[in-house]
Amino acid sequence: MRKILLAATILATMTGQALAAETIKIGVILGFTGPIESLTPDMASSAELAMKEVSDSGALLGGKKLESIRADSTCVDSAAATAAAERLITADGVAAIMGADCSGVTGAIASNVAVGNGVVMVSPSATSPGLSQLKDKDLFFRTAPSDARQGQVIAAILKSRGVSEIAVTYTNNDYGKGLSDSFQSAFTAQGGKISMVAAHEDGKADYSAEVGALAASGAKILAVFGYIDQGGKGMIQASLDSGAFDKFVLADGMFGDALTDAFGNDLNGTIATVPGAESQGAKTFSDMAEKAGITVGGPFTGESYDAAALIALAMQAAGSSDRAAIQSKMMAVANAPGEKINPGELAKGLKILSSGGEIDYVGATNVEFNKIGEVFGSYKEMEIKNGKYELISVR
Amino acid sequence: MTDILNALVLFSNFVLIPSLAYGSQLALGALGVTLIYSILRFANFAHADMMAFGTMVTVLGTWWLQSLGISLGPLPTALLALPFAILAAIGMSLLIDRSVYRFYRTKRSSPAIFVIASTGVMFLLNGIVRFIIGPNDQRFADGERFIIRAREFKTLTGLDEGLAIKVSQVLTVGIAVMLVIALFMFLQKTRMGKAMRAYSDNEDLALLSGINPERVVMITWIITAILATIAGTLYGLDKSFKPFTYFQLLLPFFAAAIVGGIGNPVGAIVGGFVIAFSEVMITYAYKKFFMYLLPQSMAPEGMMQLLSTDYKFAVSFIILVIVLLVKPTGLMKGKVV
Repeated sequence: MRKILLAATILATMTGQALAAETIKIGVILGFTGPIESLTPDMASSAELAMKEVSDSGALLGGKKLESIRADSTCVDSAAATAAAERLITADGVAAIMGADCSGVTGAIASNVAVGNGVVMVSPSATSPGLSQLKDKDLFFRTAPSDARQGQVIAAILKSRGVSEIAVTYTNNDYGKGLSDSFQSAFTAQGGKISMVAAHEDGKADYSAEVGALAASGAKILAVFGYIDQGGKGMIQASLDSGAFDKFVLADGMFGDALTDAFGNDLNGTIATVPGAESQGAKTFSDMAEKAGITVGGPFTGESYDAAALIALAMQAAGSSDRAAIQSKMMAVANAPGEKINPGELAKGLKILSSGGEIDYVGATNVEFNKIGEVFGSYKEMEIKNGKYELISVR
Repeated sequence: MTDILNALVLFSNFVLIPSLAYGSQLALGALGVTLIYSILRFANFAHADMMAFGTMVTVLGTWWLQSLGISLGPLPTALLALPFAILAAIGMSLLIDRSVYRFYRTKRSSPAIFVIASTGVMFLLNGIVRFIIGPNDQRFADGERFIIRAREFKTLTGLDEGLAIKVSQVLTVGIAVMLVIALFMFLQKTRMGKAMRAYSDNEDLALLSGINPERVVMITWIITAILATIAGTLYGLDKSFKPFTYFQLLLPFFAAAIVGGIGNPVGAIVGGFVIAFSEVMITYAYKKFFMYLLPQSMAPEGMMQLLSTDYKFAVSFIILVIVLLVKPTGLMKGKVV
């Protein structure tokens, strides 16, 4: 009896391995429940779009397929996210992880699970500057730029527009505080004056106290680093209602049509920055996404596609789906030199790599890693004119 | 002279008017909490979510009316939908009372059990509202937004400071005043109002003198449902409707009710305004205000802000703690169980 069991177990393990030889599993860990549950389905579909493209090409490591294993990061619960990542790595045996999404859980997964197991993690949306200091043994990459960069971009935009004094309000969390700090240091370094900084809490009943204090500082423009469906909107509404401010500077969390739909022409002259580029790659990606039924223009969809594509390309460059092998080639496929690869051209990239050539993956978001594996990032400068967002420039 | 006017306008625009509107919203909410507390003798944690439920019906009704092309001109359409929402909220309140609270009332359970039951009701309503309308922010205000805009006021008067008054602010304060007067008339003058006060003072004595307790309870739920729906709709018109924000309102409601003296209707109103004014007044930066009033040589250097706005919520709770230490029954004499 024992022998039969043993034989059966061995057989089962062997078939498992045989199957694994055909497909390579990639973990997709995003907050499918929690505060950003409305964004994550499109992000996951975008990543899976890249995986499907790679699988369909038949060129990956001699015709292997990629399989997506989804897991829930919850966005806010580090313990749950860590457990989910643990499961992906140990039970499902994923080759690499595309994720996570929110900065807090991403840091937790990276330091608790990914680094210890030597698994590459590519986050499409964690933007906290704090993640740059992570002791990640070069395993953590991100295709979304750090907010430290966004703060500098906003300061540069204001300089070019001749704004010398501004009041700042930020949502009281890692994202708001990090962005506000980087903006303040960049803005004061170029000689600007921050007349007042006041944090706001999300989901509160009334924001007239914050707006009153900010208005009293004498600044004419208010920078709002918050969320469009949370306190950030409350701050803007209270400012417009009392006539305290009618020009705002907004960061990515505040970008969206909900604001222009609600206030329209009252916001004319407001400036916003949002990650992204008007490149050929971005256009190709949005066409592809539309065909696949993904909401075009949703945040971090291009970044998600790029994250998954980079993992597949690194695998091909290394000639193996081994975890360490993937890590060794991440930088090489993302950066120059080599043939430029746009979305939809993954098959071409895979073929070049298999014939020993080099590629420089551009993707939907102009991917270019710096030496710690973070994209430099490009931002669109938008301005509200006649109640609608208009693109001014890309920085 | 213009300097004094400027200072006054500045103060009204950033402190007086917003706090007046916010205070009225809190007062209406605190009134509901305090009525349940004084008559049914428990802290109703589900009150803010009943507000969300009523407002949700208003929002849906407003959308329906808007789709039919019906509007009130300069006034928000929501006022037309409000009566239906009040009926829905009354129905829901009575249903909950029949199915939950009556069971504990006949058992004469302790107030603590009622509080826990109301927490359960809170989560239930929370879920129902999210299930029907979703967790997102909804805007349903239409019609004219401002009576006077800050910019118009400046050109009209030639002053440096603008004064903005919103339709929703005037509606809030106006309706709150009317509602409070109506409530007090009801409690003081009518037979039912007297019965309610008697029941609140001494339940057993009231029963002996032939007051029907179930009727008192029913009327109490009806009044609180009316208060909750109107307060919620006014708040939503002034800000916007988001279930989570409504849930968060529970805390300032209780703070207002307790500061004023829980169980005392006048106290609830006083408490609402104390909380609203203290949050705004203590954290306001008075630099510009004094620059208008004082001669140039004495112009203040700093922001003249007593506390950073970060401490806004601390302010109302510090007041709460002080009141409870110095006068445990609240500013107006409330009930202590």
